[in-house]
Amino acid sequence: MARQADIALRMRGVTKRFGPITAVDGLDLEVPAGTCVGLLGPNGAGKSTTMKMLTAQAIADEGELEVLGFRLPGESKQARAECGVVPQLDNLDTTLTVEQNLRVFAWLYRLGRHERTPAVERALEIANLGARRDTRVDELSGGMRRRLLIARALVHRPRLVLLDEPTVGLDPQVRQELWALIDSLRTEGVSILMSTHYIEEAERLADTVTIMSEGKAVVTGRPTDLVAAHAGREVLEVYGPPARLAEVEQTAVSGGLRTRRTGTSVAVVGIEGANGFDLDGARRPANLEDVFVLLTGEDIE
Amino acid sequence: MTVGTVTRRLHRLEWPALAGVLYREMINFSSYWRSATFSSTVEPTIYLLAFGFGFGSLVSKVGGYDYVEFVGTGTVATAVLFSSVFPGMFSTFVKHRFQRTYDAILAAPVDTEELVTAEALWIAIRAGVYGCAPLIVAIVFGLDPRWQMVFIPAIGFISGYGWAAFGITVAATMKSIDNFSYVISAVVTPLFLVAGTFFPISGLPEWAQHLAQLNPLYHTVQLVRHAAFGFDAAADLWNAAALLIFGVAAWRIAIWRMSARLIL
Repeated sequence: MARQADIALRMRGVTKRFGPITAVDGLDLEVPAGTCVGLLGPNGAGKSTTMKMLTAQAIADEGELEVLGFRLPGESKQARAECGVVPQLDNLDTTLTVEQNLRVFAWLYRLGRHERTPAVERALEIANLGARRDTRVDELSGGMRRRLLIARALVHRPRLVLLDEPTVGLDPQVRQELWALIDSLRTEGVSILMSTHYIEEAERLADTVTIMSEGKAVVTGRPTDLVAAHAGREVLEVYGPPARLAEVEQTAVSGGLRTRRTGTSVAVVGIEGANGFDLDGARRPANLEDVFVLLTGEDIE
Repeated sequence: MTVGTVTRRLHRLEWPALAGVLYREMINFSSYWRSATFSSTVEPTIYLLAFGFGFGSLVSKVGGYDYVEFVGTGTVATAVLFSSVFPGMFSTFVKHRFQRTYDAILAAPVDTEELVTAEALWIAIRAGVYGCAPLIVAIVFGLDPRWQMVFIPAIGFISGYGWAAFGITVAATMKSIDNFSYVISAVVTPLFLVAGTFFPISGLPEWAQHLAQLNPLYHTVQLVRHAAFGFDAAADLWNAAALLIFGVAAWRIAIWRMSARLIL
């Protein structure tokens, strides 16, 4: 475990209930300073509630939260002064221009009079929105609005950025652009906590991934370590009619292998260690999705 | 590395947080000031013209004043009410539920108390200004200007602050914008009955006159009228105190309700 001073964010046994529903259930989470941690889970796993607790917009019923050394919720205002938040749902001021949106947050983050203009310029440059500075937000494309949300979260040079489903609903090209932007933040040493339900996003950007399901952290580790530990090196993907798939599952399980259904196929996990199996199918490297489904029993994008 | 580079502890109700929210409001206002100003000034002016010249032709004097002067000063209070309670209700609801503006603001170092305070302050400033529109119209139509009228924007501001906070409370309490009709019909509109805006409350039953003492709109009307026709020190101290009590109570209730709504 990292030293106290090297931890950007720490949650210990955090629980949040909404009436009879436990949205987050005894969550332990750490974001070492300067790293990107991915919270991976399907919709309803408790990722957004976790994010809300980190900005004190939801108060934990149990457990301890510490952000940049500040205890929450008591010191959340200090913590928020040094955090940037990119929400899942767009909450930009749509009748304002790109620059005005950034300038408002330069005020809200208490930048000094002489700091605001350089901060806005820098944010515009990071998000590559300089040419659109005078464009009203309601005239921007979805990708540009997402970039502006990220720029807005960075206007005060935060030490920790909370990204809640940063690329949800975007087309693949725009998603790649945003990944490059997020990756550049990590390179600069900004600590990042990113919730996502995109496997590829977590694999590409996160140094460490915590898989969440039903409010709980199921497992935490580096993506490659998790894959190696839980899904082995290779997976055999067998396609066929339902009866054939059932037969393959039975054969694999009787041989001590684990399987998972992926729509029209069955994936037999850890096939590299299995001798004597004679199944027709396509071999592929194991990935984080295999780990996720094996550990949670849930599908994810 | 160290943790927590903010060395100064952040407190409640800090000016930088209020300034940030006010700046956002001001910059947004530049995109809708025409419609907001139109509705906040034209509507009470129409009331003034309709009642002043409609009833004015039938009733020459009310409470010792020309009716157009009486109703002109009453309409100032109406303008303050309209330009504060409705933005407090509708604008707050839209920003909270549809635009998610408050989620964005609360992610910055701003707390609910500061957010509500700044929102009410902004609406109150506008109410203080918009309240002067019917006064100017009344002056054009014969109300004698007096130097004490310089207090009217301040009266509008204090009253508007309370009404804005009341509107924010409604927005934080109601589940649907359609439910605002209940508040408008059952609370806001009946306030006119016991406020002395268009007719003096002395003609009302005694219980209604006592009820007026609990009506912040009545105290606003009294203060505005006395600013126009001459202050009554004892009565106006009570009127001002009543407005301040209303403002503080409505402000704290708005913070309480909004916190319950915004902080899960």
